Amino acid sequence: MKCRKCQNKASVHMRQHKLALCKEHYLEWVPEQTERFIKKYQMFTREEKILVAVSGGKDSLSLWDILMQLGYQADGLYLGLGIDGGIGYSHESQRLSEKFANEHNLKLHVVDIEKEYGQSIPMLAESSHRGYGKPCAVCGLAKRHEMNRIARDLGYDVLATGHNLDDEAAVLFGNTLSWASEYLLRQGPVLPEADGLARKVKPLCRFYEREMTAYALLSGIEYIYEECPFAEGSQSIFYKETLNQLETTRPGAKLTFYLKFLEARKSGELFIEKNVKQGLLHACPKCGQPTSTPDLCSFCRMVEKANVKTE
Amino acid sequence: MSAKLVLRDKEYEVKAGMTLLDALKKSNIVPESVIATRNGELMTEDEILRNGDVIKLIAVISGGSS
Repeated sequence: MKCRKCQNKASVHMRQHKLALCKEHYLEWVPEQTERFIKKYQMFTREEKILVAVSGGKDSLSLWDILMQLGYQADGLYLGLGIDGGIGYSHESQRLSEKFANEHNLKLHVVDIEKEYGQSIPMLAESSHRGYGKPCAVCGLAKRHEMNRIARDLGYDVLATGHNLDDEAAVLFGNTLSWASEYLLRQGPVLPEADGLARKVKPLCRFYEREMTAYALLSGIEYIYEECPFAEGSQSIFYKETLNQLETTRPGAKLTFYLKFLEARKSGELFIEKNVKQGLLHACPKCGQPTSTPDLCSFCRMVEKANVKTE
Repeated sequence: MSAKLVLRDKEYEVKAGMTLLDALKKSNIVPESVIATRNGELMTEDEILRNGDVIKLIAVISGGSS
């Protein structure tokens, strides 16, 4: 297979786009497309300060690399989750994030959950009895809470995450299976800023996970290849595998699934207008972040339940 | 006349002369879930496997909480 641009041997074939590119042209194409998505969805401008949530994985490090190449002001945030799993998972993730930052002379904020709240993510999950024996729910909750808090505390205009199309399609698939309308209404490339909430954007949301892996490999980005020890058997991975089987038979199925959803949501055809309005949010009396209940937010409830000293 | 696919700690022996895509399907590996490399170079699915090839497959899926 030949590169469409130069006729040299192709390195990556994207069947959903009927496009094959060599290494050189692929490494140009990905940042060009990212810039197009940033503009299309009005994610941020070059004047704004961006905080990139980095995990040491292929997507977040690639996102940081791309934003840097495109000339955006992007600093990194690494959250230390305290996950070991016999492979020193968090330790290695942090090392790779710091290595990338140092090599590219970028600023990385490191926040350790255990230092902040007295317990690591696995400990919080156990002591708060959330998540049916797995810490993934607690991990997601803590990451969302902390990323929002830190982005706002440090004065960033926007928080960028490395979610790719497979991540988005898997979430959409799960929420569609249960018709979780409240979650469906919130999903999109941009979650606008609101009182107490930083703007959140996903510049890689239209790239397949396979494409981001190819980008990281071809760019020589060293990322953590080992999966989070708690992710094995997770629902999101099952959904991704299921969607990939569909994609193999029907190239473009994942992209269409996601893009048609965004179109339908935007046009108002999917849900009636009154449901689109965000429910009334209250400030959590403890941390001040918005919550749908008049009492403590989920995060603070979890920490309280875990009987953790937060200060 | 055979080639080998290596995915994490598993190995799959396939016939040389077939395409990468056919080899993946024959081994029950979902092509969309891996990237194949031969001698460190990325491969496209139409490439023919040669005798003695060792094809390293890199899993692309990551997941968990978001």
